[in-house]
Amino acid sequence: MRRIYLDHAATTPTQPEVVKAMLPYFTNAFGNPSSIHSYGQEAKGAIEEARDKVAALIGAPSEEIVFTSGGTEADNFALKGVAFANEGKGNHIITTSIEHHAVIETCKFLERRGFRVTYLPVDAYGLVAPDDVRKAITDKTILISVMHASNEVGTIEPITEIGKIAGEASVYFHTDAVQTVGHIPVNVDDLGVDLLSLSAHKLYGPKGVGVLYIRKGTWLVPFMHGGDQERRRRAGTDNVPAIVGFGKAAELAQKDLSKEAERLTSLRDELIKGLLERIDHIHLNGHPTIRLPNNVNVSVDFVEGESMLLNLDLEGICASTGSACSSSSLEPSHVLLALGLSPEQAHGSLRFTLGRENTEEGIECVLEVLPRVVAKLRAMSPLLKSHR
Amino acid sequence: MRDVWSLYSEKVMEHFKNPRNVGEIENPDGVGHVGNPVCGDIMELYIKVKDSTIVDAKFKTFGCGAAIATSSMVTEMVKGKSIDEALEISNRALAEALDGLPPIKMHCSVLAEEALKSAVEDYLRKSKHVLSEAKEKKGSNKSE
Repeated sequence: MRRIYLDHAATTPTQPEVVKAMLPYFTNAFGNPSSIHSYGQEAKGAIEEARDKVAALIGAPSEEIVFTSGGTEADNFALKGVAFANEGKGNHIITTSIEHHAVIETCKFLERRGFRVTYLPVDAYGLVAPDDVRKAITDKTILISVMHASNEVGTIEPITEIGKIAGEASVYFHTDAVQTVGHIPVNVDDLGVDLLSLSAHKLYGPKGVGVLYIRKGTWLVPFMHGGDQERRRRAGTDNVPAIVGFGKAAELAQKDLSKEAERLTSLRDELIKGLLERIDHIHLNGHPTIRLPNNVNVSVDFVEGESMLLNLDLEGICASTGSACSSSSLEPSHVLLALGLSPEQAHGSLRFTLGRENTEEGIECVLEVLPRVVAKLRAMSPLLKSHR
Repeated sequence: MRDVWSLYSEKVMEHFKNPRNVGEIENPDGVGHVGNPVCGDIMELYIKVKDSTIVDAKFKTFGCGAAIATSSMVTEMVKGKSIDEALEISNRALAEALDGLPPIKMHCSVLAEEALKSAVEDYLRKSKHVLSEAKEKKGSNKSE
């Protein structure tokens, strides 16, 4: 069966050129970059080259790039690292109610350790108000963490404005840019961030590797202890093949970033328009224009997300949902609830995230299949009856 | 390694794809309404009873694949059963009849069991009411 993958916010396929670049570092060039001999130095050279490429993608100096095991580690590192290094200065952290669990759960952990966390609300589009950030800052505030764009609803946050506020208050500013780097232009100086998390597998690189950008002078404790790697900030033998793959993926992403963003934006808008036209009682979640080029998130009234996903999957369409039924908790997505959706609407959400392989044909397929799926499920929904 | 990895058993998927007894019963003898929108599952179960035997059952469900499949399964299992037998159907029996459910989906089978119990209780309440009305009539007849 033909399959259409529309879940690029979850992960992306590793590009063949990336795999090709990685392969020698499993076999012939297997050295440990910490070794003095030629095998070691060969591997060392490869990771430094990759570091330059990732640095170039976000406009940062190479020495401010620290490789991690992924986006989750980068978020953990940023938050715990700053919190534990700056305890003497203060114990207050500001974040938002729509962050990825890697940030929210880390904040919850820090709260149990005596830190105080402010979770800022968002408006109906998922936007954080920079003024709310300003008002939340106290003399105890040591860190602000606001995601660059929502992995669920795609809304792009006013990071530059918040960066200015953080800068004026001399508070460290972190952004989780896992969904934006490689998809829209990202520059650490324009954004005014001190820390920025990214992940390779969201931009057609391999899984198991990420980066925490750390601006020079930012005071944070190391995440791992036990070696001199990454300037003693992250011990452990470097994952050379993955790091090389990340470098290659960064290089390729930079090459046609604006062209691909433009192409995806037009496919995105075609899908949104088509869905709103062909299905009644359907709502777009997130901001209509200030959103990621590849993100479409809708709530379909009276039906539940997982049952829509399963039906779509039976027809080869692979998407995602914020319904609790797809997770081990029974609560629907905290992001959709923060936007003010009712639990029913949050359970009825569907997310399509587009990518390189998608074409107009895939969009047309969704527009043909989804209305059928919704009609079938609505025919067995007790909610529709009570609505009428 | 398994040939095909999937969230649900083939039986669950079969009931999900072709759910049995979808809909409502006009003038049902019992209705069960369980679940809530917060946890994302709402089930309505309708039964028709004749001589203490469930002769028809239909459902309407808002929920995940497991919720739809267990709803479908419970309607199949109760048809032809006596009221007492129906009350003995457990969530485990429902899950087993579907060749198992993932652990995080067991609550769907609990919900289906609750829907059935609630429909039967509704029937018993109604029939008791009818019964006591009839008794009252009988009693008043006697005193006359």
